[in-house]
Amino acid sequence: MGGRAMRQAFASTANDLFVHDPNVAIVLAEISGHMFRGARRHDPLRVVDVGIAEQTMVGVAAGFAMEGFHPIAHSLSPFMAERPFEQLKLDFGYQGLGGTFVGAGGSYDYASEGGTHQAGGDAAAMLAIPRMQVLVPGHGDEVAALLRASYANGEPTYVRTSLATNDRAHEVAPGRIEVVRRGMEATVLAFGPMLSRTLAATEGFDVTVVYATSLEPFDEHGLAAIAGDEPHVIAVEPWYEAASAPALIRSLGERPSRYATIGVPKRFVHDYGSWAEIDAGLGLDERGIRGRLEALIG
Amino acid sequence: MDTTPDPLEHVRTLMARATGDEKHQESSTSTLDALWVLYDRVLRIDPSDPQAEDRDRFILSKGHGPVALYAILAAKGFFPEAWLDDFMDHGGKLGAHPDRSLVPGVEASTGSLGHGLPIAVGVAHALRAKEAAHARVVVLCGDAELNEGSNWEAIALAGHLGLTRLTLLVIDNHSSSLDVDSWTKRLGSFRWSVLEIDGHDHEALEAALLAPHDGPLAIVADVPAGEW
Repeated sequence: MGGRAMRQAFASTANDLFVHDPNVAIVLAEISGHMFRGARRHDPLRVVDVGIAEQTMVGVAAGFAMEGFHPIAHSLSPFMAERPFEQLKLDFGYQGLGGTFVGAGGSYDYASEGGTHQAGGDAAAMLAIPRMQVLVPGHGDEVAALLRASYANGEPTYVRTSLATNDRAHEVAPGRIEVVRRGMEATVLAFGPMLSRTLAATEGFDVTVVYATSLEPFDEHGLAAIAGDEPHVIAVEPWYEAASAPALIRSLGERPSRYATIGVPKRFVHDYGSWAEIDAGLGLDERGIRGRLEALIG
Repeated sequence: MDTTPDPLEHVRTLMARATGDEKHQESSTSTLDALWVLYDRVLRIDPSDPQAEDRDRFILSKGHGPVALYAILAAKGFFPEAWLDDFMDHGGKLGAHPDRSLVPGVEASTGSLGHGLPIAVGVAHALRAKEAAHARVVVLCGDAELNEGSNWEAIALAGHLGLTRLTLLVIDNHSSSLDVDSWTKRLGSFRWSVLEIDGHDHEALEAALLAPHDGPLAIVADVPAGEW
């Protein structure tokens, strides 16, 4: 897998934004604290480590946002998107504030830690909050690009990073999709780190492959145009399957369409190992995706 | 004989115009004296410019029972007194929990308990970060609200950060169902200065709110049980 690790790319970019923009504040809850020593040396008052207290991490970030800062908060995905869910919903969504929330670990990057450290439902949970944007980079360089494009957008924005990356970075932006390959029989929509394996799995298929790093906002008109008059869209997703359904329905809902999802089955994983081993077991590696596509497209 | 009109009588008249939330009436009553002293004697907030950069900040974390706050804000000129007539009505501005997008002078939209204090800690630290630490931040919580664990995360952090411009005003109307140690013992263990006073005594409230202190300041305003 090429490119910088996403978490390192996030920290590097956030430190750089912090140094160059005096309105950036970084709020942590112990995790990854060592990655922000440079920022702390630059201005210790704009870096707050609240201790192991994720609800207060988000509340404190909201306080910074109320005072005109662009807060960036970060933890592992379950402790960023799920544990302080109500703080994200109320302290940012309802208050009308903007902030960036960077989750690390994807669905089960840390599978060996057990289900407490997994978050296959993070994207769907974030979509339940009005105004929340959900970005899913597939490469370290894309983390940097999406973070720079969104950190001061005035909206609450969840950035989902993972250990899995694509072979190369693409030009990405919130709300953008990209046609990576053109075909006739169906449209395969790959989110974030699912692109490289989807491209490999679709070799020999006459399908269009579209890449998305932005689940919300989503380019509905763009996908509608790409999918044509008789849409047949298959989403390949790194989170619980069908989290993309609302975006797809908004895109294609006016026409008779076929939609299928290849994503993480909605169940707890009681197994250990690397994310790649878990992916293979769940049919989300190249071989598994190809098998599903053969059944869906023939 | 002092014939000066009691300004609180006018506030009570305004409160009586906001009907429909009787279940929270006592909760509102229990905060009236503390809120009045805050807005009449302590906080520096210009009703004509409630977002001025150099203002003090007040957050009603205990968002239920906001009628006393609404009445005081109206009496001070933050918004028309007539708004109270539409309390909780479709098309009105004043809900049973305050909405900062609708009400001038409301810093945070609250209602779900345990949110205001962590936000206030963030505001106080952010003011320090932008060198506006002269402004003070006051957050009002109920005693039962302080059962919420998020508050104790924030209390520990505020003590750790030494946020001297942060004041936690606890209205203790004995509504918590938990029997625990004294406020002074609990809050003091997190490096807060703690003052326990009569929640209806205006002079005591003012003195406490203006008292010199080290670290963040907690004022526990005791009111008779049942005023919840």
